[in-house]
Amino acid sequence: MDLTYTPRQQAFRAEVRAWLVENVPVEKLASYDTREGFEQHREWERKLFDARLSMVMWPQELGGRGCDLTEWLIFEEEYYGADAPMRVNQNGQLLLGPTLMEFGTQAQKERFLPRMAASDDMWAQGWSEPSAGSDMAAVSSKAIRDGDHYVINGQKTWSTRASFADWVFGLFRSDPESSRHHGLSYLLVPLDAKGVTIRPIKALNGKDAFAEIFFDDVRVPVENRIGDEGQGWKVAMATAGFERGLLLRSPARFQQPVRKLIELYKAHQTEADRDPSIRDAVLEAWAGAEAYALSAYHTVGRIARGDKIGAESSINKIVWSELDLKIHETAMRILGARGELLAGAPQGGDVDGWLEGFLFAQAGPIYAGANEIQRNIIAERMLGLPKA
Amino acid sequence: MDFTFTDDERTFREAISRFLMTEAAPEALREIWETDSGRSPDLRNKIAEQGLMALSIPESAGGLEMGDVAWSLMTQELGYYGIPDSLADTAYVSAGLINALPDSVSDRQGWLEQIAEGSLRIAIGHPVNPLVADAHLADFTLLAHAGEIHAVPRALIDVEHNPSIDSSRRLCRVMWEPSSATRIADAATGQPLWDQALNRGALSVAGQLLGLAQRMLDLSVDYAAQRKQFGKPIGSFQAVKHHLADVAGKIEFAKPVLYRAAYSLQHGSADAALHASLAHTACGEAAHLAARHGIQVHGAMGYTWEVDLQMFMKRTWALESAWGDRTFHKARVSDAVLSDGAALGPGHLFGRS
Repeated sequence: MDLTYTPRQQAFRAEVRAWLVENVPVEKLASYDTREGFEQHREWERKLFDARLSMVMWPQELGGRGCDLTEWLIFEEEYYGADAPMRVNQNGQLLLGPTLMEFGTQAQKERFLPRMAASDDMWAQGWSEPSAGSDMAAVSSKAIRDGDHYVINGQKTWSTRASFADWVFGLFRSDPESSRHHGLSYLLVPLDAKGVTIRPIKALNGKDAFAEIFFDDVRVPVENRIGDEGQGWKVAMATAGFERGLLLRSPARFQQPVRKLIELYKAHQTEADRDPSIRDAVLEAWAGAEAYALSAYHTVGRIARGDKIGAESSINKIVWSELDLKIHETAMRILGARGELLAGAPQGGDVDGWLEGFLFAQAGPIYAGANEIQRNIIAERMLGLPKA
Repeated sequence: MDFTFTDDERTFREAISRFLMTEAAPEALREIWETDSGRSPDLRNKIAEQGLMALSIPESAGGLEMGDVAWSLMTQELGYYGIPDSLADTAYVSAGLINALPDSVSDRQGWLEQIAEGSLRIAIGHPVNPLVADAHLADFTLLAHAGEIHAVPRALIDVEHNPSIDSSRRLCRVMWEPSSATRIADAATGQPLWDQALNRGALSVAGQLLGLAQRMLDLSVDYAAQRKQFGKPIGSFQAVKHHLADVAGKIEFAKPVLYRAAYSLQHGSADAALHASLAHTACGEAAHLAARHGIQVHGAMGYTWEVDLQMFMKRTWALESAWGDRTFHKARVSDAVLSDGAALGPGHLFGRS
């Protein structure tokens, strides 16, 4: 065990820190759940890409800089520590990206990954359907082979930022006779294709954070399929693993809000201490973020040693989603009566983005596989308890 | 940066685990509980033969010269198999304190050699603990007097026994008179060593609690897979699954907190006390939840003396307050984290040197 950073790692940290100090926008970008904010974030992503800091772990030739997992953790610590903008292309960069790395052909990697790293293509996720949420194997949208194309009909829903995105990836039933996780194929579909209709769904914050996507005889070429025909489930499960695991929610994403929570608490300590449990909640949130970060480094060490990480990613998912709630619920308690105010309200003071974060945190235990499902996975696959 | 254990550390842990699995099965522990001393010299000798007592003793005194990091693994095994805590008090906490004494303490080398070979039993009466475990049968007890360290032979102390709900614990109120004959370190030398001993004690408890949590989880999983109600194993019911999944999560996320604390202690980090207290808190929560959900999953059987769960549950409740109770450790965390200038920014996760 050696918990000191190597000179190379320290140099990387210093380089990233210096670049961020120089480049992070002083003025906060608009919400990426609006058209305007979405494009502002795309510009920021291009800037990151030009500095080869958009996807630090990807190979150079695909738009990255070949960092290892530890360097990625360092990058994330500095990125969030600098209050840099939230990453708008996560669905592509963090979910589809690793999937393409693992299952994509060389041609697919070269075609999609550099554009994804630069956010020239922004991606939406097409898993959920009205009857297939946590039960993802209930997917019924069809993609029927017609020569060198698939013809897609059906509907996807809860697609994050699909109102603004360029592409969607998802699972479609390519064998109409199949059921459950058999006969599904993993396809990439341009959202400007003929026959695609998008209907925004407003989230709690009133913005078009999600959308429904309707497919009406949409034709996509066979080369847009990842993995073999009918093998989509296997590919999708790998993506789901990335989603629940570390990559989507780096520890720094929680360490930074926890530091701000401590500042918020200290700024309002006299008021807050009237309820002693607030102080406890602040410390619990800090301890939770600390444990999550330590766990990340521990996992990275185990991966480097060759260990396989399995159902632990389900534990991760529960931990980060509940941690996010804890942080924001506590902030709301400290803000008290001002907690309901939107950022920029005349009497808002330092309400900052806490309410926005609080609203978003409500979704954490639901998306990426509801926490109840994760607990079942842990119980059955990690602890070996019998299925119902 | 490498947050993993060496092959030596892992191999040693596996060897100790295999050994304790056969030599310290619950039936054997129950027999030992019922003896007057609550201790088995035979088991202790066998453990010493495995090298555990010598783990952190310097090679020059016949030891293996491993450190706190190795102990963070080993204390989990001690907890998992319910080995009496006085063993860790001697081999880990006291050994560490004695090893840090100046060379001028003439008995130092001899004590270390005797600990390594397993012939010496030391109790330690840290000011944070109102009662001393095993003072009645220790060769001597390390006691504090205004920061000084005294090594007080059994013959010079009176003990009053205080029975515990954990039948494996033997707690004593210790009555003694400090004298220059028993003093082995003055306050200037002694106080920092007492501070380190407290951190080691907290780490020792944390590791044991984590081992206990894992044992209670394993027992509960086994029970839930076998016990049938409504024609099905109760472990197939979602409500039961979720209890146990939550325990598994608490355990997984307490581990690295424990390991960082061990590393900080071993390398004398300025944040060692904070990290040790955080480890105590995280492992304590895991064990507490494992006990709470363990008894729920065991149903009425969990409330009986008959199932093994009770031994590990009681051990948890007792140990939770040894070497600083939850309030003590939470207060230490609070003071450090909320202090002005606390090092909380990027790059500070592993503490200040």
